[in-house]
Amino acid sequence: MIEFLQQLINGLGQGSIYALIALGYTMVYGVLRFINFAHGDVYMLGAFAGLYVAPWTLRLFGGGPSFAGAAAVLLLAMAVCAAAGVAIEWLCYRPLRHRPRLNVLITAIGVSLFLENAGQSVFGADPKSFPEIIADRALDLPASWGPFAMLTITVGQLLVVGVTLVLLVGLRHVVRRTRLGLAMRALAFNPGAASLMGVNNGVVIAFTFGLGSALAGAAGILTSIQQSSIDPLMGVNAGLKAFVAAVLGGIGSLPGAALGGVLIGLLEALVVGYISPTYRDPIVFAVLIVILLVKPTGLLGGTEREKV
Amino acid sequence: MLTVSALSVSYGAIRAVDGVSLAVPAGTIVTLIGGNGAGKSTTLRALSGLLRAQAGTVTFAGTDITRLPPHRIVALGLAHVPEGRMIFANLSVDENLAMGAYLLRDRDRIAQNRSEVLELFPRLGERLRQSAGTLSGGEQQMLAIARALMGSPKFLMLDEPSLGLAPRLIGIIFEKIQEINRRHGLTILLVEQNARLALEVSAHAYVLETGRVVMAGPSTDLRTDPRLKAAYLGG
Ligand SMILES: Nc1ncnc2c1ncn2[C@@H]1O[C@H](COP(=O)(O)OP(=O)(O)O)[C@@H](O)[C@H]1O
Ligand SMILES: [Mg+2]
Repeated sequence: MIEFLQQLINGLGQGSIYALIALGYTMVYGVLRFINFAHGDVYMLGAFAGLYVAPWTLRLFGGGPSFAGAAAVLLLAMAVCAAAGVAIEWLCYRPLRHRPRLNVLITAIGVSLFLENAGQSVFGADPKSFPEIIADRALDLPASWGPFAMLTITVGQLLVVGVTLVLLVGLRHVVRRTRLGLAMRALAFNPGAASLMGVNNGVVIAFTFGLGSALAGAAGILTSIQQSSIDPLMGVNAGLKAFVAAVLGGIGSLPGAALGGVLIGLLEALVVGYISPTYRDPIVFAVLIVILLVKPTGLLGGTEREKV
Repeated sequence: MLTVSALSVSYGAIRAVDGVSLAVPAGTIVTLIGGNGAGKSTTLRALSGLLRAQAGTVTFAGTDITRLPPHRIVALGLAHVPEGRMIFANLSVDENLAMGAYLLRDRDRIAQNRSEVLELFPRLGERLRQSAGTLSGGEQQMLAIARALMGSPKFLMLDEPSLGLAPRLIGIIFEKIQEINRRHGLTILLVEQNARLALEVSAHAYVLETGRVVMAGPSTDLRTDPRLKAAYLGG
């Protein structure tokens, strides 16, 4: 029982990462009906942005690890990724807006390969050690918790889950309560009708890329808190897993992406804990196949309306 | 207020609108009638910028809008209630209205428009929190018109507002259309297959056949025109 709980706690951290990345896939799918295969690599860019800005942000906040310094690293990485996402959309996808969807899909794969290879030549192909931006340590659980006091919960885990929750609440606010969020939802349903309301669809699409990429950037930093080694290909696997999470939750559904991410994270932890790390990836991808066969609209995805 | 000259629009190799010219004077209701596939909707889509014109010019309130994208055209005050209503079924009724006021920044103005359209269509007021997808066909048509009015347009283009509605509801919708024109002085371009009804409420009419204007004139004249009677008014 305790061990099971421990696996869930471990899985929640990784699940938060998948959730944040999956949101970007699902938002872009919502407005453009295409899978941005370069999204996982934006997450990698976030981690490297953190690697480069961390030394001087940390110095700015007193030298050692600190929450303020970590927050600054997080926000800067999110900003860098938002800019990268908007630039990718502008340079690579926008010119293909009125071409067959397959063209832009293939372009996305090209952008992904480009980022991975450019990453290896600019950052170096070998893994880099991410600096300690917060002092990560296991919490001392009070003895009054009885057997639960044996659980290991780290500051890093709490931070990852907490920051993810804050970002999810923030995203929900943007999507449901702001003018751009409303336009995003209208555009996702019917781009032509949205433009008849005066929406500049290009601006909303760029905003969507920026928002999704910022979340991927945050995931890049949060992951580096949990495992300190980063490399230019780290986005490949994480991107694929998050894509599975988005499909599991129902592509196009924001709560679905968050739920799918957490479920995939938990599933991985349980497979690693009870079966074998060898089966982690095969089982996650088997989930993709099963969901596509059994319920392609995912757990929370509505039935796709035919567009006229 | 709106002048269209020699407008041509194609879908690939198919020319759907071929040299259409028409004029809509400020304050009037003008109708564009014709059978299924005549090119009525295509004409409206080109006017609101959803489709690119191959040739011709469109002038709205003194501005050449031929090459403007839809969001710039709406900003000038030309609203388009498209065929099939195209309400946002994933949003609530109230959010659909908010989308109609997307370009307005003045909150008081938005609130005033909202209370005006709810007065015009009280039924929408009872369903504000409901998902727009759950509305009946007639209510969806009301919402589509109300949404367009939310943006304080000067000019309203309506594409077959009677489509698929029961006769009683068609009557209500057409009364509202006339009320909008009379009370708010809104200029209206009305596309209809229901020629009899369209000729009753409009001052001037154009008849479209396979992408060309084949007849035009004051609606009172066209109502008694033998050719039109034979083709569109059921003898
Ligand atoms: N999206 C489209 N692609 C190709 N052809 C179209 C499309 N929409 C309409 N058409 C064709 O253009 C012509 C005019 O259609 P439309 O403007 O919808 O007519 P109406 O509104 O008068 O019924 C028809 O022949 C129709 O088949
Ligand atoms: Mg039509």
